[in-house]
Amino acid sequence: MSMAATQVVRSEWTKIRSVASTVWTLSLAVVVTVAFGMLISALAKNEFGSMDARGRLSFDPTFISFAGTGLGQLAMIVFGVLVVANEYSSGMIRTSLAAVPQRGTFLFSKIAVATALALVVGMATSFLAFYLGQAMLGDLKASIGDPGVLRAVIGGGLYMTLITMFSMGVAAMLRSPMLSLAVLMPFFFLVSNILANVSATEKIGRFLPDQAGSKIMQVVTPVDDDTPYGPWGGLGIMVLWVIASLVGGYVVLKRRDA
Amino acid sequence: MIEAVGLTKRYGDKTAVYNLSFQVRPGAVTGFLGPNGSGKSTTMRMILGLDNPTAGHVTIGGYPYRRLPNAPRQVGALLDAKAVHGGRTARNHLLSLAQLSGIPARRVDEVLGVVGLQEVAKRRSKGFSLGMGQRLGIAAALLGDPQVLLFDEPVNGLDPEGILWVRNLMKSLAAEGRTVFVSSHLMSEMALTADHLIVIGRGQLLADMSVKDFISANSADFARVRTPDTEPQLREKLTSALTEAGGQVLPEPDGALRVTGLPLPRISDIAHDSDVRLWELSPHQASLEEAYMRMTQGAVDYRSVADQRAGLQQPLPPGAQPPMPVPGQGQPGWYAPPPPQQGGQPFPAPQGTPGPSAPAGPYGAPAAPGTAPGGPANPYAQPAPQAPAGAPQPTAAPTAPAPATDPTKSEDAR
Repeated sequence: MSMAATQVVRSEWTKIRSVASTVWTLSLAVVVTVAFGMLISALAKNEFGSMDARGRLSFDPTFISFAGTGLGQLAMIVFGVLVVANEYSSGMIRTSLAAVPQRGTFLFSKIAVATALALVVGMATSFLAFYLGQAMLGDLKASIGDPGVLRAVIGGGLYMTLITMFSMGVAAMLRSPMLSLAVLMPFFFLVSNILANVSATEKIGRFLPDQAGSKIMQVVTPVDDDTPYGPWGGLGIMVLWVIASLVGGYVVLKRRDA
Repeated sequence: MIEAVGLTKRYGDKTAVYNLSFQVRPGAVTGFLGPNGSGKSTTMRMILGLDNPTAGHVTIGGYPYRRLPNAPRQVGALLDAKAVHGGRTARNHLLSLAQLSGIPARRVDEVLGVVGLQEVAKRRSKGFSLGMGQRLGIAAALLGDPQVLLFDEPVNGLDPEGILWVRNLMKSLAAEGRTVFVSSHLMSEMALTADHLIVIGRGQLLADMSVKDFISANSADFARVRTPDTEPQLREKLTSALTEAGGQVLPEPDGALRVTGLPLPRISDIAHDSDVRLWELSPHQASLEEAYMRMTQGAVDYRSVADQRAGLQQPLPPGAQPPMPVPGQGQPGWYAPPPPQQGGQPFPAPQGTPGPSAPAGPYGAPAAPGTAPGGPANPYAQPAPQAPAGAPQPTAAPTAPAPATDPTKSEDAR
């Protein structure tokens, strides 16, 4: 790591730990993901008795304990957006770029710090959501040693990390916290779910970053599932989205006046 | 040394800076003057490599900023005092900037002491006044102990004590051989702080000279002569006599004459010879502010006009007089006239209390609507400089320091 990158990393760590929004968004992500996963797990346990054979065949205790991800990821998105876009809304970007004229080094070191933090929090959230969710499921629970389960749990942490990275790229392109949130929140909360579940758009919808990426958390493939990619394939599609958004953010930062 | 050559910046079809060439030398404070929107901040951003010039280039020590080795240790800048994350403490803000430039953390405490913010170092900058924000911005600029310093409007929002401090800081930085480039829209402040001036208007260079040259080139002495208001023909008579004697005479809006090119005793003699009585003969010096206003007059983007209040005022009943501004209203010592006495005169205008109908000062000139209320208090008050064309002029407050009326600022002075 070059000297400039080391300096940006240290500086960004100071920036991230010294604002309240970091603690708020990340703890909200943990609490919402885990609590919602526990709730759905508890409900699923009660429902199981009244399920038909098909439902029982598709029953995926691991995936159910990640039911809170869809909601909890919104807090991770806010975290990612604020880390990048606050530079613009506060005007700090000019001071930062005057100190580090190498814009690429600045942006990617900044994203690296936030990504590392998101990875730690994402992994912790994922394992917590899994174990507490299984505890709710009683004798329906999966074990971490079952085939595919560890992959799904680690994948849950990776998913949270990637969604944060994607948001940082979008924020670097849009350069405004409000605009970035106005685009990302409704998209991941509503639009992508609608696109992926309406039959007319289903084929496109499942290539969206969150739809493809969440495949990694699945252990039991639902009956008559015709998704053309597997768990790692899905995560790979999400990684491509993340790369595209980060490249876009880099190009904007490089080209435009600060 | 900062050197700009043919610097031009266009945003769409708006040209913010056009063909600007100048040098900022070390060992002196260089003032960068211009009205609001004249391109000062854009130029500063181009110097720092934040905005790319459309044409031309600017270098620091021979390098464009983005290729300058160890830039943050060579150049320090205050661009915008509000450019801080409000939720971060002053110390953490500076610490993050220090780490970004590879500056040890103890330097942060040093600069906090230099700008007098140690007491509030652990407080979030959200609660800072503009003056405290300026101090924090100056601290950030000083972090790397740089040889080149740029300050964009550093005295905005500072109280008089803070302004004095900034002024002395700039001077001492320059005395240490550093290059100090300070932008401002206040000529009066720059006249006291800067050694050299670069004046721009509408993004173009208007002047590039030392403050001393600027003063001698622009501050002509003049005499104000007032003839009796009651006899306008005397004014004509004196004007022609003075012109004949080789003086330049400019009428002032309140009826006085501004005379240049003749010494005061000579004016008095001429008046005596032409049998004209004088009510006033006083020496004056055009302020630098006035010279600066004259220079940038054609280059002001945002000009205020008198508020017509169209459609906001009740139409006056036919024959009614428009309300006159009441002299002295709102000033201490002014009292509203007593209510009309029963059956008596509506306004008896008691001694010493100028009523609305009696705004006469010692010179008996009624305050015309539109002249600043303040009337009888000071007949010698210098009127705003007026262009012959009668364009609305900002009322200059020549050597008054920047407004420092922020009530939240009491703590940062100490």
